[in-house]
Formats: sequence, C-alpha cells, structure tokens
Amino acid sequence: MKSFTYERVDSSAAATAAFARTPGARFIAGGTNLLDLMKLEIETPQHLIDVSRLALDKIEATPEGGLRIGAMVRNTDLASDARVRRDYGLLTRALVAGASGQLRNKATTAGNLLQRTRCPYFYDTNQPCNKRQPGSGCAAIGGFNRLHAVVGASDACIATHPSDMAVAMRALDAAIETVDAAGKARAIPIADFYRAPAKTPHLETVLAPGELITAVTLPKPVGGTHIYHKVRDRASYAFALIAVGAIVQRDGTGRVALGGVGYKPWRVEAAEAALPRGAKPVADGLLAGAKTTHENAYKLPLVERALAGVLAQAKG
Amino acid sequence: MKFDTPATTNPIDQMKIVGKPTNRIEGPLKTTGTAPYAYERHDVAANQAYGYVVGSAIAKGRIASMNLGEARAAPGVIAIVTADNAGKLAKGDFNTAKLLGGPDIEHYHQAIALVVADSFEQARAAASLVRVEYARGKGAYDLAAAIDTAIKPKASFGTEPDSAVGNFAAAFAAAPVQLDARYTTPDHSHAMMEPHATIAAWKGDKLTVWTSNQMIAWSVGDMAKTLGIPKENIRFDSPYIGGGFGGKLFNRADVLLAALGAKAAKRPVKVALPRPLMINNTTHRPATIQRVRLGATADGKLTAIGHESWSGDLPGGGPETAVAQTRLLYAGENRMTAMRLAVLDLPEGNAMRAPGEAPGLMALEIAVDELAEKLGMDPVALRVLNDTQVDPEKPSRPFSQRQLNKCLETGADKFGWSKRAKPGVTRDGRWLVGMGVAAAFRNNLNGPSAARVRLAKSGVVTVETDMTDIGTGTYTIIAQTAAEMMGVPLDKVVVKLGDSAFPVSAGSGGQWGANSSTAGVYAACVKLREAVVQKLGLASDAVFADGKVKAGRRSVALGDAAADGELVAEDNMEYGDLAEKFQQSTFGAHFVEVGVDAMTGEIRVRRMLAVCAAGRILNPKAARSQVIGAMTMGAGAALMEELAVDKRFGFFVNHDLAGYEVPVHADIPHQDVIFLDEADPTTSPMKAKGVGELGICGVAAAVANAVYNATGVRVRNYPITLDKLLGKLPDMV
Repeated sequence: MKSFTYERVDSSAAATAAFARTPGARFIAGGTNLLDLMKLEIETPQHLIDVSRLALDKIEATPEGGLRIGAMVRNTDLASDARVRRDYGLLTRALVAGASGQLRNKATTAGNLLQRTRCPYFYDTNQPCNKRQPGSGCAAIGGFNRLHAVVGASDACIATHPSDMAVAMRALDAAIETVDAAGKARAIPIADFYRAPAKTPHLETVLAPGELITAVTLPKPVGGTHIYHKVRDRASYAFALIAVGAIVQRDGTGRVALGGVGYKPWRVEAAEAALPRGAKPVADGLLAGAKTTHENAYKLPLVERALAGVLAQAKG
Repeated sequence: MKFDTPATTNPIDQMKIVGKPTNRIEGPLKTTGTAPYAYERHDVAANQAYGYVVGSAIAKGRIASMNLGEARAAPGVIAIVTADNAGKLAKGDFNTAKLLGGPDIEHYHQAIALVVADSFEQARAAASLVRVEYARGKGAYDLAAAIDTAIKPKASFGTEPDSAVGNFAAAFAAAPVQLDARYTTPDHSHAMMEPHATIAAWKGDKLTVWTSNQMIAWSVGDMAKTLGIPKENIRFDSPYIGGGFGGKLFNRADVLLAALGAKAAKRPVKVALPRPLMINNTTHRPATIQRVRLGATADGKLTAIGHESWSGDLPGGGPETAVAQTRLLYAGENRMTAMRLAVLDLPEGNAMRAPGEAPGLMALEIAVDELAEKLGMDPVALRVLNDTQVDPEKPSRPFSQRQLNKCLETGADKFGWSKRAKPGVTRDGRWLVGMGVAAAFRNNLNGPSAARVRLAKSGVVTVETDMTDIGTGTYTIIAQTAAEMMGVPLDKVVVKLGDSAFPVSAGSGGQWGANSSTAGVYAACVKLREAVVQKLGLASDAVFADGKVKAGRRSVALGDAAADGELVAEDNMEYGDLAEKFQQSTFGAHFVEVGVDAMTGEIRVRRMLAVCAAGRILNPKAARSQVIGAMTMGAGAALMEELAVDKRFGFFVNHDLAGYEVPVHADIPHQDVIFLDEADPTTSPMKAKGVGELGICGVAAAVANAVYNATGVRVRNYPITLDKLLGKLPDMV
C-alpha cells in the first residue's frame, strides 16, 4: 500500500471541493473493495476523501411514488427496509445474495455500484491487465476465464461487473444522482452508467473525475413477482457464475436483467417482449452476439435454463 | 519402551477418562483469543521488526537484475535479504525447491527477497519497490500434456511406484464384466485459516523461532541444514497452530526469511505469508490423472484390479501416491498398480490431508460405483462381497482389524440406503435427488514418540513433548492419557507442546499423531508410576486412582511422592515389527445425499453420514470434530476446490480465498458420524489408530456417486461443477 493522506468531509459540496484541491483523490465510504485494492497496490490514490459520514443515509419517498436511496445507505439497511421489501423485493433478494453479513453492514449503495471486477488477473499485479494497467494486455483472454464475460466484452478486457445489487437496480430502472465539482447535479439512468470496455477498460463508468454519487432513485413500483436467482459453485459467499433478476407479471410480461455475463448488469429491453413465450427467445435476445471461450461457453445454456426456472417459479 | 507384542490389559483400558467425549482443555484460550498464534507473540521478544516477502513474478527462468535502491531508501526500511546477500544456504531435506530463490527461479511466487522495516505497512510498501528484471524460461505446466514424459519414480516414504500380483492383463481381458475409465483430480490448496507465520530472534549464534509448524524435529533439522548451524543452536516453539492439513509439515519461506531477516536487521523479525503466497509459494496437493480398470465375474467377484496414476512435481519432487489404497482395499487375485511422475514447474507438490488416499479414492470409488451399475448390483453389496481380511498382495499378512463391511452395513441402515432409487428419477420440487456411497480407507501409521512427565507435590502432572496440536485436540487426548495413567482428574494435568526443547514426538501428520503421541505419554507415565511406587515404597502392583496410590491397605496421595522434590520421568515409545506382521488400516463408509437443481445443475449436499472403524476413539468429541471437518473438506474437493492452472504463465490463478472456494456453512446442512466400538491391540498400548484423515477419504466419490444417482450424469473430472452437468441434464418443460 502506498502512503496516502486522508480527510473526512461532512457535505457533498465539501467532498467535491476536496477533490478539486487534490486531483487523483478517491472517495471512500465502506471501503470493502477499495481498501483491498489499495493493499495490493491495484489502486494507489494519494488522498482519500471519506464520505461515509455524509447525511446521505436516508431512504425517502419521491413525489413520483418511488424511492430515493441515499448514496451512503448501507446494503444491510437497504435490503431490510420495509418499503424495499414490499415494493422492490428484487432489490432485497439481490442484496442478500451478495457478500456476507459483515460486508453488507459496511458496504454502501454508491460503493456497491462502483465496485471493481473480481477477475483474478486484475488482482495479480504480476500479470498483464488492461483494466489495471492500460496497454499491458489481457491475461484472462487465453487464460483462466471460466467466470468471465460473454457479452459486451472486447479484445482488451473480458471482465464482469460483480454486483448483485446493480442487477436489481437495472431491472428496476434506477437512476443515479450525482453532483460534480462545480456543484452541478444530474441523474444518470443506470442503463447509461457503465462504459463498455472497448479499448479503454480502465474507464468503467460515465462519472467525471470528482463527480460524487449522492443517491439512487427508483421509479414507482411495478408490482409483479420478483425473483433473483444467483447461480454459483457454492451456496453462499461467492460471486455469480450468472445471475437472473426478473420481475414477472401475471400476464407473463416482465423484465429481466442478468449478472455475471458482462461488464455491467445486462438487460436488453427488446428481448423482454418475448417473455410470455418462455425463456429461450428471451435468452437468445439477451445474449445476441455473445462471444464465449472454451471455459465460459456454459454460461449461455445456463442463462436460458436459469431463466426457465425463474419463469416456472414465477408461475408458481 | 518398545512395543513389539500386542497390548494386553493396561491402565488405559479403564477408560475412565480416555474414551470420554471431553471438551478441549485449551478451548477457553482459543474462544477468548488468549491462545497466542505465531504472529501474535508480541511478548516473546522485544523490538520486533516486520518482514514482507517478495515473490517471483515468473514461474521459471532467472532474475536478470534486481535493484534494491528505491526499496532501501523507503521509509522505515532496515534490511533487505536476497539470495545475493544471505550467505551460503543449503536446501532442507523436506524442501523440493529453495525457500529463497535467485538468480534461478523454480516456481511462481518463490521468495526472492524479504524487506524488513519498522512497521508492517512500511515493509509491504517497500517490498513493491524492489525492481526485478526477469529472463523468462520455458516451463512445463500442463499435466495432461506432460504425462507422455512421465517416468517411474523412486519409492517415496516406503511406497514403491509399482505393484503386480497374478496376471492382471489376462484376467482383465477375460473378465465378463469390465470397467476401464479415466479420472482427473485437480491441484488442491490446504487453505487453512492461519497463514504460515514466524517470529525469529538471535541471541549470539542461537536462533529461536516462534512459528506454526506440525513437525518440530523435522523442521529443526532442516533449518539447521539450511542455515549450516548445529541443531542444538535452534529452538522452535509452536504451541498453537491454526490448521495445517500438511501445509505446515515443513519449513516454508516465513521461517527461513524471518531467521535471515533477524540476522540482517540485528533484531527480532516477524514474517507471515499473505494468502496469495500461501497458494503459490508453499505446497499443495498435486493434480492427478488416473486410470482404473476393474474386471469382475457376472456375480460381482473382482478378478482384476488395475490402477494407474500420473502426477507432476518440480524436479526432485515425488508422486502423489494415489494408487496406495488400491493395493489393500478389495480382494482380487490379479492386480497391478503404477505411479508415474512428470516434471512440472508449478509450485511444489506435497502432502495434504490423506495424501495418496484422498485423490486415489476419488477415482477408485467412482469406478466401483460404475462397476456396480454394470453388474446391476447394489454398490454396498458389491463392496461387501469383495472384502478381504488379509493384505491382498501378501495374503500371509492379516489386517489387524478390519470392519469395512460393518461400516457399510451400519451406514446403509442408518442412512436409509434402501430408499435409493435408480438414477435420475427422484424429485423434490425443482431438485433432482440422489444418494451415493463410498468406502473410506487410510493406513494407520505409528512413529516413535517421546514425552517427559513431571509430578509436583501438589499432585499436578505436567506433560512435556514437542508434539503439536494443529487444531485436532492433541492437548486434550494427551491430558486424558496422563490423567488415566496417573489416576488424577483432568484438571490436575498440564500439557506443554510444540517446543523443541521437549522430547521429540511423532508430530502431527499422516493421522499418526494421536496414537503415536499418546503412546509416548503412556510410556513416560509407566516410568513415572514406577518412580512413584519406588519412592513411596509400595508394591509394584499399586493402583493409581482418585489422586491416590493404593497398595494393600496403604493409600497415599500421589503428590506425596514428590514431597521432597519433583519426580520426573521420560521415555520414548518405539515400535517392533507388528506393523509388518499385521496390516494396520482404518476404515469407513461415507453416505451422501445431494440435490441437483434440475434447471441450473447447481449441486447442494443435503445429508452426510460417516461410519468409521479406527481403533479406540480416545476422545469421541474431538474425533467427531475431525471427521466432520474432513467430510466438509471432501465435499469441497467434490464440488468446488480447484487450483486453476494458468498453463501459459505457470501459476495458480485463483490464489486467494475469494477465488479458491472451500465450503461455507450453507453448503453443509447435516452431518453425522458413527464410530464402531474398536480397540486394536497391535497398534500401541492405547489401542488407537488415526482418524483425522480417514474422514476425508472417499467423501468426494460418495458425492460424485450421489450426483450420478440424482441425475444419471457421470462426471469423472473433479470438481463436479454445474458446467459439467449442464448439457446432459434431463430436458425440462
């Protein structure tokens, strides 16, 4: 770990102002990912701005009938909120499928969206990795890539986004509210939040340097049956091989987002029209253009079969 | 004391304390965080500095240049140790690769430097400033590609690479029912909780290390050889060990580099291996490719048994002895086994819990299941039919005790085996449900073991031996042994372990620790009893009970024998040829029920039962804990554990506990263990055997067989992950 300086701020304005003073700084909240990355010198910020005490820890109703989730709301608190459990069950189920109780107690809503890939080559600083060290190459391509992306990847990077929460947020059409260094606020639909790896896999989101997430908003509830099926080799405390987050209405229509298949929670709205016809056409649409390796090709049939299971469960 | 004739009745047979389910005597220390582990021994030496290991970034080749300038200039740095400045170092007998590499690199993450600084953070930060240029060499990393170059290795630990009885080829060719299948097992990591860790301090030319080590005397000897100093100048202290599983049988980089670092820094230095270094710097269970051929008559009698295994290791290393159990487990007149060894430039392979049998049974016991299906026989009945009470390769040697059939039959009864249906038909909602069975087998090994016992005026008995407790319960069974022998309650016994200043024990490994170390304590207690009787002037048949010594009408408090000074006795238990006359082995049967998600192929264990026949169980509570832990490890081997090899760069990619998955609580819903009532007079006066490794033997195959029974899909390549089932699962509507 490189030496760094640290300050604690008490407002969003102070946070972005601190960033303006110390370019190259990182915001830190729960630290469940960033600290590990710093210990391994995968991230080497010279300055940390601790935003964990900002008053962004409330879950409030919006005038539109939805919820505004403060950026600092802990995963545990979000998962157990009565309104979330009642109206956005997918979100609760995705959250509790992730990490462990201890980690969820620390991890925040904003931090969860920004956690970095768990590609093992990203974590080994002896190995080439375009995400960690742009231009060095991708060791996962041609290496151990059973866990890697099948859609949206590039010749530079086949890493997946590890979040479960983000999969639910994507299916729920969440928007990410931010404020930048100039104090300008914006709301970014989660569909537009993550950047495709292309030739620059180290650039992961559309956030500008110093732009701070302040909240995540959910539109008004859409009803339906909410199912999150995370498929993994062991029963708990493992990242998804694939995950299916679905909201299914009585008439068979609905929404589906996938985890563990790409650089972002993966949703193809056009494919959802086929939901009443069963899993296959939906999976085909979701995974159109998929590019697999010998080791991760299983993800394609797995998505279809897991989705079929979810749809059967939704029918009851 | 020499143990060369079967034991007769002795004080242990009273079983007043031995054989009782006893809580760990050191348990309160562990649950309150007051049992100090190696890295936490802040009080043993003042002014400890911190060492951080730099591991090689390549698997094979040379260090072209190494620039220490930036690291030396970093804040807090006191010293940097490399092969260039460490002086002449030999390689220990138990190490295959050097613990400090350079300029030649033998494997990935081989230690090439230790940076010593005032704080851990400074040492770690400076370690990343060591600039190394490598000349990458060409290595072999792919076992499947290397088996054509594999050679017949020399005997390892007395196990010959080949065996042959009768005419296997002819008998197999003539067998009406044949099975010929290949199986693979991957590299496994011990993945114990506590990392390898050491604090080292020099006083003149005397070295003390506070470390985490299973085999004190081996490791003192190897450290002396490596450093080129007399054994007498080295003290190891390892009283508490947070798991080993074979990963701490030998010195690793932490011990050597802490010693070298302390010398260079001229102050005590502590070193722990970070998790990634535990996986690529230390040892692992090597992968195997195995071929099993079984030939049987139509009614299930085995006529031909063939088992071959290929594994790889660094030059100078040894094979995984995966065929060992096949020489002993089933009857059959025509037999062959063979092990071949390829050179691989992966990290060093070595022992992990039940080396040989654990991966060997992963293959053999699927093969038996496959044969049962071909025969249309129940796999329990097939095993029972092919039981043998003698060593099948040397029929003049009987097993000392062998209740494999009773294990199988008891387990079948308790588990509800009769409810097992044909493959692929049992459903529970979305789950396909199946049951599997496998035999467990692991040899019993005894080793010489010494102990010293002290009797104080207070009546307290203190045991000293360099035996280790790696989480198994050694403290407690030694206390039970001494208490039984000396006729005192458990709380009158103090046990001191893991110090090389104490008499040399068998150590912890190969499931030999429990029987061997308690037998050593038995021998020392026999001597102490003689000293007590003599001191008190009692008849030699005096009875030791209730804190008293009684003979005739006299009854004297035990402590009175030490009224004018502590009584001390020491002895070493040594063994005659009973283990040659009798085949001493431990047996068991594992029963497993799994559910397989019919859609996704996710496999979840639902129930597990082990029935074990392993001699006298010294402490049923500790033994049960050993067996359920081993069953858990076996479930991991079956379903998830695999060190992923990068065949281009030559290293284990998933080198942390996020990537190398071991079972979590949610994976293990219900486990049961039954011990058959046994006492084996040929093993020692304790009449005990090992049990800690028996528990893992066969488990993975039982899981694999249950998966087959649930789905009708036979997977022969471990781990059995859902991607290996997916294309073959029944179609779903």
